Amino acid sequence: MTVGGGAKLLAILAPVALAGCGGVMDPQGPVGAAERTILLNSLAIMLAIVIPTIIALLGFAWWFRAGNKKARYLPDWAYSGRVELVVWSIPILVILFLAGVIWVGSHQLDPYRPLPAANTPIEVQVVSLDWKWLFIYPAQGVASVNELVVPAGVPVHFSLTSASVMNAFFVPQLGSMIYAMNGMVSQLHLQADRPGTYDGLSAHYSGDGFSDMHFVTRAVPADRFVGWVARTRSAGPVLDARSYAALARHSVERRPFTYRAVAPGLFDAIATQKIPPSPGPGIGRTDMPHDVSPRDVG
Amino acid sequence: MNWFGKLDWSAVPLDQPIPLMASSVTGGGIVAVLFYAWRRGWWPYLWREWITSVDHKRIGVMYILLALVMLLRGFADAIMMRSQQSLATHGALGYLPPEHYNQIFSAHGTIMIFFGAMPFIIGLMNYIVPLQLGVRDVAFPTLNSVGFWLTASGALLVNISLVVGEFARTGWLPYPPLSELAYSPGVGVDYYLWALQIAGVGTLITGINLVTTILKMRAPGMSYMRMSMFCWTSMASSLLIVAAFPILTATLAMLTLDRYAGFHFFTNEAGGNPMMFVNLIWAWGHPEVYILVLPAFGIFSEIFSTFSRKPLFGYRSMVMATMFICIVSFFVWAHHFFTMGADADVNGFFGIATSIIAVGTGVKVYNWIFTMYGGRVHFQVPMLWALGFVVTFVIGGMTGVLLAVPPADFVLHNSMFLVAHFHNVIIGGVLFGAFAGYEYWFPKAFGFRLHEGWGKAAFWLTITGFFVTFMPLYAAGLEGMTRRLQHIDNPAWDKWVMLAGLGTIIIALGAVSQIVQLVVSIRMRDQLRDVTGDPWDGRSLEWVTPSPPPSFNFPVLHDVHGEEAYWSIKQAAIAQQRLPDEPDYESIEMPRNSSTGFVTAFFTSFMGFALIWHIWWMVALGFVGAYATFAVFAWRDHDKYEVPAEEVARVDRARRAARNAEWLAAQGKPA
Repeated sequence: MTVGGGAKLLAILAPVALAGCGGVMDPQGPVGAAERTILLNSLAIMLAIVIPTIIALLGFAWWFRAGNKKARYLPDWAYSGRVELVVWSIPILVILFLAGVIWVGSHQLDPYRPLPAANTPIEVQVVSLDWKWLFIYPAQGVASVNELVVPAGVPVHFSLTSASVMNAFFVPQLGSMIYAMNGMVSQLHLQADRPGTYDGLSAHYSGDGFSDMHFVTRAVPADRFVGWVARTRSAGPVLDARSYAALARHSVERRPFTYRAVAPGLFDAIATQKIPPSPGPGIGRTDMPHDVSPRDVG
Repeated sequence: MNWFGKLDWSAVPLDQPIPLMASSVTGGGIVAVLFYAWRRGWWPYLWREWITSVDHKRIGVMYILLALVMLLRGFADAIMMRSQQSLATHGALGYLPPEHYNQIFSAHGTIMIFFGAMPFIIGLMNYIVPLQLGVRDVAFPTLNSVGFWLTASGALLVNISLVVGEFARTGWLPYPPLSELAYSPGVGVDYYLWALQIAGVGTLITGINLVTTILKMRAPGMSYMRMSMFCWTSMASSLLIVAAFPILTATLAMLTLDRYAGFHFFTNEAGGNPMMFVNLIWAWGHPEVYILVLPAFGIFSEIFSTFSRKPLFGYRSMVMATMFICIVSFFVWAHHFFTMGADADVNGFFGIATSIIAVGTGVKVYNWIFTMYGGRVHFQVPMLWALGFVVTFVIGGMTGVLLAVPPADFVLHNSMFLVAHFHNVIIGGVLFGAFAGYEYWFPKAFGFRLHEGWGKAAFWLTITGFFVTFMPLYAAGLEGMTRRLQHIDNPAWDKWVMLAGLGTIIIALGAVSQIVQLVVSIRMRDQLRDVTGDPWDGRSLEWVTPSPPPSFNFPVLHDVHGEEAYWSIKQAAIAQQRLPDEPDYESIEMPRNSSTGFVTAFFTSFMGFALIWHIWWMVALGFVGAYATFAVFAWRDHDKYEVPAEEVARVDRARRAARNAEWLAAQGKPA
């Protein structure tokens, strides 16, 4: 059973070894940090019961092996009220405790719940498209594709919808993911504590271009965010119903780009289906349009 | 008018070498086997004794054979997925383009659950439950055959999709709107829908059959609280099938209406709600997990008790825990989508309900451990699988509880951590259980044991390979890697994916050992022969009858006194130093063979294929054919044949002689 033991050790050590490698174990904001704490607490609670269980299993199996003459043989011992009481109590107590963690945690980290912070949150409207991310900044009147720029230390309020199929918006180092769904608006509050670049991705499979559907999140100091908005406003195309229709077609975008202006109410028009859901690939067996064959452009 | 609907030559992927090669090798293999059987003159035998058999034992064996073949097919998919991800890093693209890779992971999940795990578990239930109940067959023998052949018909359709057309590219659960006609215009989703509808009907009628058998047909004296643990968990599982599979059927039917008739149940437009599909499919999907794992729990209960030479500890607790899991499994489905944006109260409720299930499982684990306490534990192959199962399953259960905590799930949902978790419980629970049951009951089914050495090799390689494959995937998930990626752009994940690929090779060696074990055991069958019908010193009624059992299972039905029906009979015989008196043998009526199942499935296969390709005249023919088969069966005049008393007596006397000889030998007396 050395294999099981070694694997167990790996299961324990893995999270420790991973800290600092990026991802969920290296959070860069309050939401991710709280979620990591809950994850580690729950793991500790479970390990407190799982490790003794595995040891007892292997210990009993070995001690009561057929060849061990010292072990007592109790061929009819099949019931003990006291043991049964313990057997039911241990998991019930553990789960009672865990239920508290679950209930409190679900409410404290409800994605819809605004973060407690002094400054007003930045509004970002997110549209998942086949297969790229559109970020609209309604207050600033600009938009970007596959690049999310936010001021560090300021809460961000995301409203999310999808142009066509389901996706999940996820920046592992910032915390909570949430689905983006057509005809619906979901909400999410996140915050990056420090300036930095964090990978983002779609965490719900959405079709052939799914593997390329990632984006960068750049958390920048507040003054540089103002500068980014100003620069963005000064150049680039305008996002209106027509350019949106072009953007919504199947494609993979390798380089992020921005729109200097956004038609007002565009997000609401998408979310309420005033702009109809994006078309699919059309009829045909090989329905992969040429522009998305991965990396054929190098 | 187009006679072949949407079907034309472009449906055959002549331009794609991988599926073409795979399918020609498989197809060639099948043709070769069929041809060989024809040359050897086996066809009449196969038709008479297997294809048209309504014997629950034969049907059970055919289920397991189907499962083994499909497990290999699903494993081939797994090898392709792991190798693709290992190769497609650092900007490389690997060898499987997305439109192919996406079919592979969809087919892998579909095949492993519906045509690997399900037939394996149902096959074991089919074979063992009537024997453990001490009866001669299931409640509806012909329906049983229909159930099997419909499952096989579904499996056939899934495999045809490899050559003609394509399979779904939506994942093993086709979430709309991606699976709607607008975003999946090909026939892939249709293959999925019709294969599962046909196989699902088969599963449902098997569930009804098993529930009826357990509720209505037990040996005299076998009250509910005297049934073996495996019968209890089989009943719980079959009840879940009866309650949950109609949800699957209805949900897939709604998606079918969307795709075929322009309905809007789950579309984006016209008031459709894709999230309703997600709710409904998991209202079936979570009970499905327990449909699979509860019978495995039953198998382990039998094994822990038999190989510890002790009764199962806390039998009543085990029954309660089983039924508790059976009920609570219907109240946890929303934990599959905490990230949908539901209210915190909803998420909290489903999180707590999910972890409450762990209470039932926890009780079971402790009772298995205490079953060994005071026992004499023999580390034979089935027991190794059982011990390996507990170690693996508690780790998988632990990560499952982590995923049940909504805030933790917010960062782990859909990640490789989730992939590792459900493989941890499905491989560690269901597959290990199926393999344990296969090793344990093989001598009963075929009259000889499986080779011990190769069995141990298979166990150690499989469990090692399992940990090497899936522990790295937990780590990758914690680093933010999501599932279903065709190529990997984050260099931090490479090492985990490489390690997982290495683990897959070790698992493959385990699978090879399992095949070698079967071949070696068949060649050594005379040395491995089980003459008494009781090779493991068993405790339940399946061991009272010869191996393999006669078609009528038991020459006489046994009166059951107390739990562990056979153990008490055996103890009485040992105490009195002789077998009970020879009973009066009577002739036995058994159900006649029927080709109903096979013929029905023949027609439904054509009907399913025609529905997929919109060949409406063939749909009509298939439907009429299947219905006519049913009508012919319903108007049958004779459905029983009689086994004469002399034949019954001959079988039983042979067993008694073997039993006596063994006991005398054990006591050092000449036979």
